[in-house]
Amino acid sequence: MIKINNIYKSFSGKQVLKGINLTVNKGETFLLIGRSGAGKTVLLKNIIGLITPDSGSIHIDGVDITQLNKQNLEKVRLEFGLVFQSGALFDFLTVKENVGFFLKQYTDLKDSQITERVQETLSMVGLKGIEKLYPYELSGGMQKRVAIARAIIYNPKIIIYDEPTTGIDPISVDKIVSLIEDLHKRLSITSLVVTHDLEVGLKLANRLAFLLGGKIIFEGDTQDLQTTSDQRLIQFLKGSSGGPIKEMEV
Amino acid sequence: MELFNKAKELFHYSGSLGFFIKDTLKWTLIKKRDVKTLFREIVFIGIDSFPLVSLIAFFIGIIIAFQSAHQLKMFNSEIQLAPLVALSMVRELGPVIGALIVAARSGASITAGIGAMKISEQIDALESFGIEPIDYLVVPKFIALIVCMPILVIYADFLGILGGYLVGAFKLSIPYALYFRMTFDVLGIKDILSGFIKSIAFGGIIAFISCYEGFRPFSSKDVSRAVTHSVVRSFILIIICDSILTAIFYFSWM
Repeated sequence: MIKINNIYKSFSGKQVLKGINLTVNKGETFLLIGRSGAGKTVLLKNIIGLITPDSGSIHIDGVDITQLNKQNLEKVRLEFGLVFQSGALFDFLTVKENVGFFLKQYTDLKDSQITERVQETLSMVGLKGIEKLYPYELSGGMQKRVAIARAIIYNPKIIIYDEPTTGIDPISVDKIVSLIEDLHKRLSITSLVVTHDLEVGLKLANRLAFLLGGKIIFEGDTQDLQTTSDQRLIQFLKGSSGGPIKEMEV
Repeated sequence: MELFNKAKELFHYSGSLGFFIKDTLKWTLIKKRDVKTLFREIVFIGIDSFPLVSLIAFFIGIIIAFQSAHQLKMFNSEIQLAPLVALSMVRELGPVIGALIVAARSGASITAGIGAMKISEQIDALESFGIEPIDYLVVPKFIALIVCMPILVIYADFLGILGGYLVGAFKLSIPYALYFRMTFDVLGIKDILSGFIKSIAFGGIIAFISCYEGFRPFSSKDVSRAVTHSVVRSFILIIICDSILTAIFYFSWM
C-alpha cells in the first residue's frame, strides 16, 4: 500500500506539490490524472524515492521512505517496477541486457538462465526475437513494451506506469492497454498509472485522483466521475479550453 | 554584486565537484569492476583516440623541430635538436597535447553521453534499480582514463620525437643512430616520470569534469552547454594543474 501524507516539493522557489494526500490500496490499479506539467511525474519520483519531498511523509507498506537512509531506500526501490514516460531504456545495452538488467545486477543466474527469463518476459509483452537489437532499432510502441518487460521481470510488488501510451500510435496504445490489463490480472500487483490520456486511464483503473495546481482536488472511484460537480474536473474530462482552469494553470 | 554571485557560484561548483570526486574515489576503492565494461571504456577512451593523438603529436614534433632548427643553426648547435624535441615532448607537450585531445574528444563525448542519459530518464532508471550512477557510469570511465592516459602520452611522445627526427634527418642531415642516441641519452627517469605523473593527473581531471558536467543538464539545450563547459573547464584545469606540477618538479627535482 502507498500512503502519501501532506507532501510539499518546490524547485528553485517554484512550488510544484502543495500538500498532497493520497492512498493507493494493495492490489488495485490507481489512476493519477492531471494536465501536462501538473507535477504528476514529480509525485511519482517522490513515491519511488528519486526525489525527496521538502516536507510530509510517504509510507510504502508501512515504512516511511522519507526517513530512510540511502541503502535502505535502495532496497525499498527494488519493490517497485517503474515504466518511465520516455521508456528510459539504456541505449548502450541490447534489449536482452536491458530486460535482464536487474537479474544480472542482483542474482547469480547464469547467462543462459537470464536469456531464458528475458525471452519468457518478452513473450509476456508480445515480443519475440528482438533480444539482440538496441533500443534505437525499435519503434516507440516496442520500446514501451520492452520497458514494461524490464519492470516486471523481477516480480515487483508495485508497478508504476508514467504516461505509458504517450507518443505512440493508436494501435500500439491499444496493445499497451491490453498488456497492462492482462499483467494486472495475471500478476495481481498494485499498479499506479499516471497519464493525461483519460480514455486509457479509465480503461485501466478503478480509482483515480486528479492533480491540479500542486494539489489533489479529486480522489474517488471512476464511477464517481459521472456525478462530480467539480467544474475543474468536468472541464478536464470534457477537454474544454473554456472553464475555471486557466491556460497557465497546471 | 555580480562578482559576489560569481564567487558564490564558484564555491558552490567547487564544493559539489569535491563531493563528486570523493564519491568517485570511494566507489573506485570499494567495489570490484566488471572487466567487460572496463574494456569497453578503454577501447572508446584510449584505443579510439590513437589515430588523432598520432596525427597531432607527429605534427607537433615536426613544428617544434622546424622552429628550433632555425634558432639552433644560428649558434651552430643543430645537433641539439634531438634533446630539445625529446625533452619538450616528454616533459611537457606529450602530456598536455595528449590530455587536450582526450578532453576534447572523449571528455566531450562522455559529457554528452551522460547528459543524454540524464534528460532521457536513464539515470533515474538506474537509480530505480538501486544502482548508484557514479558507481555504474563514472568509475569505469575514471579507471579507463587513468589507465589510458599514460599509454597515450608515451605514444604521443614517441610520435613527436619521430616527427622531430624527420626534420633532423631531412633538413639538418642528422644521422638516425646519432639522433636517437642523443634523444635517449638526454632523457632521464625524472623526465619520463614527470610526464607519467602529469598524464595520470590530467586523466583524473578529464574524468571528473566530463562526468560531473554530464550529470548537470535538465534539457537538451543544457546538454550542449554542458559539453562546452566540460571541454573549456577541462582545458583550464589541465593547464593550471600542469603549471603547478611543473613548478613542483622544477623545485624538487632540478
